[in-house]
Amino acid sequence: MTIEDLIEEFDDLGDWADQCEVLIDMGRDLPNMPDELKTEGTKVHGCQSNVWMVAEVKSEPLRIELTADSDAMLVRGLLSVVLMVYSNRSPQEILATDVREIFSRLGLDRHLSTARKNGLSGMVTRVRAVAAEAVA
Amino acid sequence: MTTDMSQRPPLDVEAVRRDFPILNRPLESGRHRKGKPPAFLDSGASAQKPRCVIDREREVEEQFFANAYRGIYYFGARVDEELEATRSGLANFIGAESTDEIIFTSGTTMSLNIVARAWGGKFLESGDEVLITEMEHHANIVPWQMVCAERGATLRWLPMTEDRRLDMSRLDEFLTPKTKMLAVTSMSNVLGTVNPISELARRAHDVGSLICVDAAQSVPHMMTDASGQHDDVEPVDFLTFSGHKLYGPTGVGVLYGRRDLLCEMNPFLGGGHMISQVYRDHSTWADPPAKFEAGTLPIVQAIALGAAVEYVADLGLDRIHVHESDLLSYAHKQLATIPSLTIHGPDPEHKGAICSFTIDGAAAEDMANLLDIRGVFVRHGHHCAMPLHEVLGVPASVRASFGVYNSRGDIDRLVDGLHFALERLVVT
Repeated sequence: MTIEDLIEEFDDLGDWADQCEVLIDMGRDLPNMPDELKTEGTKVHGCQSNVWMVAEVKSEPLRIELTADSDAMLVRGLLSVVLMVYSNRSPQEILATDVREIFSRLGLDRHLSTARKNGLSGMVTRVRAVAAEAVA
Repeated sequence: MTTDMSQRPPLDVEAVRRDFPILNRPLESGRHRKGKPPAFLDSGASAQKPRCVIDREREVEEQFFANAYRGIYYFGARVDEELEATRSGLANFIGAESTDEIIFTSGTTMSLNIVARAWGGKFLESGDEVLITEMEHHANIVPWQMVCAERGATLRWLPMTEDRRLDMSRLDEFLTPKTKMLAVTSMSNVLGTVNPISELARRAHDVGSLICVDAAQSVPHMMTDASGQHDDVEPVDFLTFSGHKLYGPTGVGVLYGRRDLLCEMNPFLGGGHMISQVYRDHSTWADPPAKFEAGTLPIVQAIALGAAVEYVADLGLDRIHVHESDLLSYAHKQLATIPSLTIHGPDPEHKGAICSFTIDGAAAEDMANLLDIRGVFVRHGHHCAMPLHEVLGVPASVRASFGVYNSRGDIDRLVDGLHFALERLVVT
């Protein structure tokens, strides 16, 4: 599934309750992060639930691979949206993509709490910093 | 304030609920499946306001608003009179000896900061100890950490028992002649535990310590007797609470302080109204409460808090307590039907109107999100009590807290909502 497919599906559903169920299903399908990677260093602060993220720079072609996990299923769903947008993309693509715009096309900006949005934006800042460093 | 229960029928929750406009509006569709009013279970964070409070705010703004303690013209005089009436109502409500002991603040957090900075900043010395407890909210931890670090004092933590009450059997170990302040909540904002304040006050005074009570959670739910007006009640030295948990507006709260202490301690903020004389090289302070009310007060909110206090006193704290105890027992019973659910806190007879819980395999944030879809509003997270959650061994919990307007029906909706959430979260 691409992000455009998801935007279309969310549009068709219309209802936050149904969208929530889709996010939970996506969360369930997100691969688990190995426990040894869940450290204080990979923890994303500012989140109400535990969230961990690892951004690795891979070469040939140059890209950034993301792994993320949370103990909350809905958050895992949101993480899989972030991964869909950013993971395995080149640093240039990452720097050129505004995930906030995608979240707003999904209608998620209306349904997520400020605390949750702050947590997500902390994550995006970290991904973009890794991308900026990779091209520096 | 106290009313003989035998004279009055039990609280009519449906009638009470009609007093709260926000609880009678169907929720918008799109976000919530059914256009029902919410089951509001987050009064522990901030309570909804009855129409009389909302009307009072409007009345002040529309009919006689002016700055306080400054103008002699009609509006100014009227505002002063209303503020003093509120102060007197508050003094009466919490059992203060005089209205001068009631200071308007922005809320509990500011009240506790005033005590820590203005009392602790002057009187704490190197080697002194401040005793807090493992169940404190950050507002009763951080200000003490800050002032202890500055003054070279030591902050100590009274532990809890397994059933999440204060471990009174170890109090002597922690409360010693070195203790200069015992800062303790009267009711935990997470566990609901109601602490034996009178006994703690007596024990603190026995070793020469003062006691400062964070009463934000208990004041809306049970009788407060700050100055020990009842025979068997030991007075406290400071007591703090917020208007918005007491069905009043946000932005206003109270610091109660024993008059002699308020006179001795430093001011907190410097500015207008808190001074007696300002010279070029120094100033002298006004008497309390003005000494601690620098700048313009939240005038409208403070006056409307007076209406909230009247509303609660009129319902009767004894009737409120009976009603909320019933809800709490019912909630414990119903929540126990959900497998893998743990309630964090003691049995209902040792706590107030709060039920915090976790469910194995289901994150608090997920449950709060899915409950929201069903129009059930609860709080999730660490509830500004990180050290407590560390003791509980959980990163976050879900908290349902009750107020005068909640019914058993709200608890049924909570339990239905949890089943709805678990069906989606836990793969069978």
